[in-house]
Amino acid sequence: MRILLAGLSWWIASSALALDAGTVNRLGFGDGDEKIAAIAALVAEGDPAAAALLQAAADGELQTSGKRVFIVKGEEALDAATGARVAPLPEDREDVIFNNRVRRELGGAVAALRLISPDRAARLAAARELTGNADEAMLPLIKKALERETDASVKQLLELTQATLELRTGSKESRIGAIRTLGLSTNPNTKMLLLAILEKSKDGSFSEPDEDLRIEAQKSLRELEARLAWGERAGVLFTSVSLGSVLLLAALGLAITYGLMGVINMAHGELIMVGAYTTYVVQNLFKRTEFFDWYPLAAVPASFLAAALVGMALERLVIRWLYGRPLETLLATWGISLMLIQTVRTIFGAANVQVENPAFMSGGIELFTGVVMPWSRICIIAFAALVLFLMYFLLTKTRLGLFVRGVTQNRAMASCVGVPTARVDTWAFGLGSGIAGLAGCALSQIDNVGPNLGQNYIVDSFMVVVLGGVGQLAGTVYAALGLGFANKLLEAWQGAVLAKIAVLVFIIFFIQKRPQGMFALKGRAQDA
Amino acid sequence: MTGAPGQRFYGPRGWAILALCSIAIFVVMPLLNLAVPADSPFHVSAYWVTLFGKIMCYAIVAVALDLVWGYAGILSLGHGLFFALGGYAFGMYLMRQIGSDGQYRQPMPDFMVFLDWKEFPWQWWNSDSFLWCAMLVVVVPGLLAFVFGYFAFRSRVKGVYLSIITQALTFAAMLLFFRNATGFGGNNGFTDFRRILDIPIATPQTRMALFAITGAALIGTLLLARWLTTSRFGRVLAAIRDAEQRVMFCGYDTVHYKLFVWTLSAVICGIAGALYVPQVGIINPGEMSPANSIEIAIWVAVGGRGTLIGPILGAGLVNGAKSFFTQAFPEYWLYALGLIFILVTLFLPHGVMGLMKKKQ
Repeated sequence: MRILLAGLSWWIASSALALDAGTVNRLGFGDGDEKIAAIAALVAEGDPAAAALLQAAADGELQTSGKRVFIVKGEEALDAATGARVAPLPEDREDVIFNNRVRRELGGAVAALRLISPDRAARLAAARELTGNADEAMLPLIKKALERETDASVKQLLELTQATLELRTGSKESRIGAIRTLGLSTNPNTKMLLLAILEKSKDGSFSEPDEDLRIEAQKSLRELEARLAWGERAGVLFTSVSLGSVLLLAALGLAITYGLMGVINMAHGELIMVGAYTTYVVQNLFKRTEFFDWYPLAAVPASFLAAALVGMALERLVIRWLYGRPLETLLATWGISLMLIQTVRTIFGAANVQVENPAFMSGGIELFTGVVMPWSRICIIAFAALVLFLMYFLLTKTRLGLFVRGVTQNRAMASCVGVPTARVDTWAFGLGSGIAGLAGCALSQIDNVGPNLGQNYIVDSFMVVVLGGVGQLAGTVYAALGLGFANKLLEAWQGAVLAKIAVLVFIIFFIQKRPQGMFALKGRAQDA
Repeated sequence: MTGAPGQRFYGPRGWAILALCSIAIFVVMPLLNLAVPADSPFHVSAYWVTLFGKIMCYAIVAVALDLVWGYAGILSLGHGLFFALGGYAFGMYLMRQIGSDGQYRQPMPDFMVFLDWKEFPWQWWNSDSFLWCAMLVVVVPGLLAFVFGYFAFRSRVKGVYLSIITQALTFAAMLLFFRNATGFGGNNGFTDFRRILDIPIATPQTRMALFAITGAALIGTLLLARWLTTSRFGRVLAAIRDAEQRVMFCGYDTVHYKLFVWTLSAVICGIAGALYVPQVGIINPGEMSPANSIEIAIWVAVGGRGTLIGPILGAGLVNGAKSFFTQAFPEYWLYALGLIFILVTLFLPHGVMGLMKKKQ
């Protein structure tokens, strides 16, 4: 950044912008006070040439010879006042010496002048630097910078700094204006400034004598606190929705295999793991190519297929023989999950593997100071919604969906009217497993990918399905989001582990109250 | 279903086998371990004594699970929790018995010194009393099972629903015990025991005594379970397993039957846990992981549920295989265990006992 800035100022200086010769001379030849005055004048001037000159002075590139001041960079030299190229260089050059006091002023001035740099990032950085440690002398410059500033976020920061400075020095009107501006900020630090105005000293009198100001400050403080509280709420809302979408993805596949087909698939978590490892493999294939950022496009279908194939194989080989014996299914699929875990360990090792985010998923949007929404999480929320929609479409609008629902409701009757129930079972199980694979692909972007990935999600996903009620997609959605919210709200209050325990205990009690879940299908059967 | 109730308690052959086993546990093992010199080929080393002791503890748990699963049709995936609670309750006493011999030479257990606690938290009240802790071993798992079972059975939660919430229960407890603030040593749990009833714990004699007590507990559990299941109570239980609705319509309050056998089963597990901890020398929250509880179910399934003897065989076979594999081919143990789960459920619905019956 500094080099870029120096380069820019070099270019600007070369374009021969003239500065006041008197000021330049005072900077070159004056005593300490004169130099400081000259720096102040240059700052007040606030144009790029002044910025370049001050930068050069700070970098020790200022030299004098006779009555002239030069900016010397290696073999090249410019006249400091006119910006004209000087060649040949005079022999009797002397460095301009700045003592510590002047040097300090110089540093501040350089920082302040960066505010008018043409580079947005440089301005933003300078404005950030200024919030909290600007001094009054910079007020005119800040005002000037504000006038020509076009970028909203830089402007906001500058306005905040301006208000802070005016609060300290300005007239009553400008101070009231400043307090109002502070009330509009979203920065938690400004709260301290406003609190300082309202503070009482030890003898009970207010440290700020003017009552109007205090009333105004009170009002601003209330506004600010309300806004900060909203920021916090927005943060919790976002993390809750994010966790909810993760739970939803993990549980959606289970909603088909358990909810619709009644198969207790303890290997569901391992199907998620299969999806995550498939993503890892696809990512490695793309690593050396320039299309790395596009790897999710290949990873999503690949992880769906991989998990679906594993799932269909399981259904054909094992689960098929256990329909109607849920407890045995549970044990057999647990065995499958153990074997899948060990297979992954043998192939990829017991340690976690690294799945990198594509470029568009790194970073995030900063809502308020300290409240960041990462792109990876936003993508997963969108992805969960998409998967949910596709699944709904598949179940309600396609022939396969019709068959699945038919077999679920009455297997014998479906078989009688010619539905190939055995094949429908395989396809439906493959679909549920494939969705688990999709969940794994999404989770690989935000979670560790290791052999234990599945174990971490199996209890959670069963909780979601059981809470939502068996055979209900809507119930699964509500349960996932509800658990996400409950977890995050309790977490903010009692810490992550206790929150998790509380949610589990809640579910245990909830199921005892409503054994069929939130959205039970109504029926007359007593033995449901 | 096997294990049809209404059988005789044990026939002459049954009693003979039981007597032989008793002799093996109470006479042969102590002799081979203590009296036979260490260089003799007949000597049984401490490793084997501990291994057999451990497997007998597991066998007790398996019988307890068979009582609820094989006879009442309740598959619990949370029996590891009751086992661990019993272990922790007795572990507290063992920790207090260390006295000031810990790493820090302080009267408090090491992990408390490490956490800079000045006094015992309330859970540890009276934990230096053997009788109090022995009572906790029975009461804590029993009470938890009673409360949980009361709510679950009253609202007629059953089948896989019950299995899944018992799993959630043990998972929640595991998270709770992993916290240091819970007061039971966090993820390290209890270890480094020195004494039991002021007798050094690591001597061959103490080890043999613990082994014998465990053997007695196993035989006692088996006889109790056999008596229960062959009594009128056992008939009602099996009827509940096979057709709960009908039993209710006949005027039986099924909740009471299920609740009793469920609580009893939890208490037996707690006792097994208490015997397990001094022999193995460690207890930590890993014992409460859902995976452990599911493994208990496979011991029962391998042996044959509803047979009582089967689960004992199953616990021995599976854990014997585990000891063998984890030493010889550690990376293949999970494959083997997974295969056991699949093959037993697919091809041996009545377990090893079913196989033996078929041959007869």
